[in-house]
Amino acid sequence: MRFDDWLHPTPKGLYCPPGDFYIDPVKPVARALITHGHADHARPGHTSVLASQQTLDIMALRYGEGHAEHTQDIAYGVQQTIGDVSVSFHPAGHVLGSAQIAVNYKGKRIVASGDYKRADDPTCLSFEPVPCDVFITEATFALPVFRHPDDRQEIQKLLTSVAQFPERAHLVGAYALGKAQRVIALLREAGYDETIFIHGAMQKLCDYYQSQGVDLGPLAPATLEKGKKGNFAGAIVVGPPSAFADKWARRFPDPIAAFASGWMQVRQRAKQRGVELPLILSDHCDWDELLATIREIDPEEVWITHGREDALTRWCELNNYTARPLSLVGYEEEAE
Amino acid sequence: MRAFSHLLDRLILTPQRNGKLRLLKDYFTTTPDPERGLALAVITGQLNLPSAKPAMLRDLIQSRMDPVLFALSYDYVGDLAETISLAWPEKASPDLPNSDLHLSDIVETLVKTSRRETPALVEAWLDRSDSSVRYALLKLLTGGLRVGVSARLAKTALAQLGEHDVDEIEEIWHGLEPPYETLFAWVEGTGPRPENDNPAPFRPAMLAHPIQDDDFTKLDAGDFGAEFKWDGIRVQASAGLALDGTLKRALYSRTGEDIARAFPDLMEALDADMTIDGELLVLIEGRVQPFNVLQQRLNRKTVSAKMMRAYPAHIRAYDLLVEKGTDLRAQPFSERRKRLEQAVASLATSRIDISPLVNFDTWDAVAAARQTPADHGAGVDADAVEGLMLKRWDSAYVPGRPKGPWFKWKRDPLSVDAVLMYAQRGHGKRSSFYSDYTFGVWRDEELVPVGKAYFGFTDDELKEIDRFVRNNTINRFGPVREVTHSQEVGLVLEVAFEGLNRSTRHKSGVAMRFPRIARLRWDKPPAEADRLESLEALLPREDRV
Repeated sequence: MRFDDWLHPTPKGLYCPPGDFYIDPVKPVARALITHGHADHARPGHTSVLASQQTLDIMALRYGEGHAEHTQDIAYGVQQTIGDVSVSFHPAGHVLGSAQIAVNYKGKRIVASGDYKRADDPTCLSFEPVPCDVFITEATFALPVFRHPDDRQEIQKLLTSVAQFPERAHLVGAYALGKAQRVIALLREAGYDETIFIHGAMQKLCDYYQSQGVDLGPLAPATLEKGKKGNFAGAIVVGPPSAFADKWARRFPDPIAAFASGWMQVRQRAKQRGVELPLILSDHCDWDELLATIREIDPEEVWITHGREDALTRWCELNNYTARPLSLVGYEEEAE
Repeated sequence: MRAFSHLLDRLILTPQRNGKLRLLKDYFTTTPDPERGLALAVITGQLNLPSAKPAMLRDLIQSRMDPVLFALSYDYVGDLAETISLAWPEKASPDLPNSDLHLSDIVETLVKTSRRETPALVEAWLDRSDSSVRYALLKLLTGGLRVGVSARLAKTALAQLGEHDVDEIEEIWHGLEPPYETLFAWVEGTGPRPENDNPAPFRPAMLAHPIQDDDFTKLDAGDFGAEFKWDGIRVQASAGLALDGTLKRALYSRTGEDIARAFPDLMEALDADMTIDGELLVLIEGRVQPFNVLQQRLNRKTVSAKMMRAYPAHIRAYDLLVEKGTDLRAQPFSERRKRLEQAVASLATSRIDISPLVNFDTWDAVAAARQTPADHGAGVDADAVEGLMLKRWDSAYVPGRPKGPWFKWKRDPLSVDAVLMYAQRGHGKRSSFYSDYTFGVWRDEELVPVGKAYFGFTDDELKEIDRFVRNNTINRFGPVREVTHSQEVGLVLEVAFEGLNRSTRHKSGVAMRFPRIARLRWDKPPAEADRLESLEALLPREDRV
């Protein structure tokens, strides 16, 4: 029996017929298994959702408690039977609560890794390699030019600039779930203990991370009493990247635009976005990590989803792995 | 090299002048000799390193990496040096030296390496660098840093290290060689001012303020001389005797960049020990050519004989700074002018002539000369007159832009009513504002873009335009928004500019010089904005079709 008889892409997402469920469906379905809380993977409106407790909490924060009719949490490493298959969740190292989903059927195993990274992250559990026959990998940064530098070194760039331009506010664009908290945690780790100002859209998620034991130190909303621009001189302000193009950013004195993202590796890309201080911080694997992971797991087949499938497919061919791009739609390339 | 590469990384993405100055100053302060001096030489374009060809770099990376993966990478990044710097597969060998590569090692080694040995050398350097250093190294080797820092800006940063004026640096710059250790010592207060032993050095230029209406009531016309301000490039032609008795010659731009190599025709004509301040022009059959003709000769490293025949270069002299080794700059303008007339007359060339004085006794007469230069001495070259210069007869020649001795009185700027088509977000203080505008005029039923402007408006006007852009966006392209620009709805901008040329680069076929937003015409419907024909009527006669 072929692997894709029991797990294959459909317009609604990756579907498993013998278990009658979808993984990270992009449309409302009867039964959804969800890898992590980013909006393009976790959507509201399913009848029943199985996910880690933290992912369920994050979905409730974003969409309200009623985002699905039934929810069920599952701990990492626990086997659960659904129809004719059994599934288990394993840490993916992407954001708080993120998981790879292993699907077992008739003695074979497929692992859908969702989004994942191998770099150390103080805000979530590290990726755990799971032996399998088919490994489904993301390919967001699957080009040899993406090689993420040490994250501590990137945070140091930010701190150096704050010391160099103490009269300017440093606006750090960071995705509201995961990246923002990681940036803040790394700043704390580097010894920065000033109040960090955050955009209103991040408050709930930062509070949630703190409640889960991730220490983010003193945070305050980046609100402004009229006429007191000077309040933010020398401050670090974290907000969603979209906010910095918005009128919201006008409250800060002569701001320096920083952006924490894997895309910042390419200078032209930073320049086009008007970013002055690119911070190459990604919650995805870089090229070397993708290759190391495939070699480590050494699956019979590699299935490649969202991103630059062609480069990773090429590498698999050169290195004698059976590879196939899965054309899954609905996942945002830019989501970082 | 690591500090230098981080500096370049920051400069590339820092749009503001003050931000760049800060980065440069911090780098100069924290980096030792000779490293910082070589960096200064690289940024100011004073180092001529044997260069590496792109094909060689391509071969290098493809010997380490699958060509298909390289092609996919290059296609994504778009810049060869950057692609290689990012994708370079490091050899995971623990015995590679982990120490920082120094600019001085690179410069010294490259100079004594043959072309055949270069690839192996570059390969070894790439192996011991991180991606930021690799990028700096490859940009250094392929020539052209493109970090948006002029030589003048780098010298300004240096001057600010020791609270000096940048003109003090210009005064000695052309006698110094990399790595400029004496220069750094002087600005930091640990050494004497370096002597300039260049026989043909650059003397920082004297500049003028625009004259204001109320200035005339305070000033006496009898104290001033007036001359035409020609529409070319302000230059300084400098010749002086070297110790061996030979005449050394140089041609400098207003900012002290030596451009002599592109003007051998002029250098040959400058056959006497003198330094002239004047305007670089192209003259054909005795007539001054429009600025875009002169442009054929600008920004070139060398020039062909054909080029020199087709576009003969010329200097129209305004002032005399040094003659036969005597510095005349402290003398009054009246005296310098007298000596200039004699000096230019003594040259056996028609390539250097004198800019005529305008005769007048009242300010009204000056105004008339500005209005109709053709009738006041400019004759057939009146199109090439940008305005008038007013200089106090008793003024010394001082570097910079002192208030009072010299004024410029430009002809009224040209203006056009154009329609806002695209807007782009600015940087720094303007980073949340749409502050760069592309505007167009009508050709038949459609608008064609004719230029871009990003200043001229007040802060309040900026807010108004920004609001208009946000409320009328019809398309987005990255940081650029296209706004509504129909016959009925749109924003009309009165755009002032200094001149107009034919251009093959713009769809409209014209290019403006120095455009800026003069007024917002909320009152005017877009349909009544100007048409391309009315702009074409402003082209210099030669350029009209």
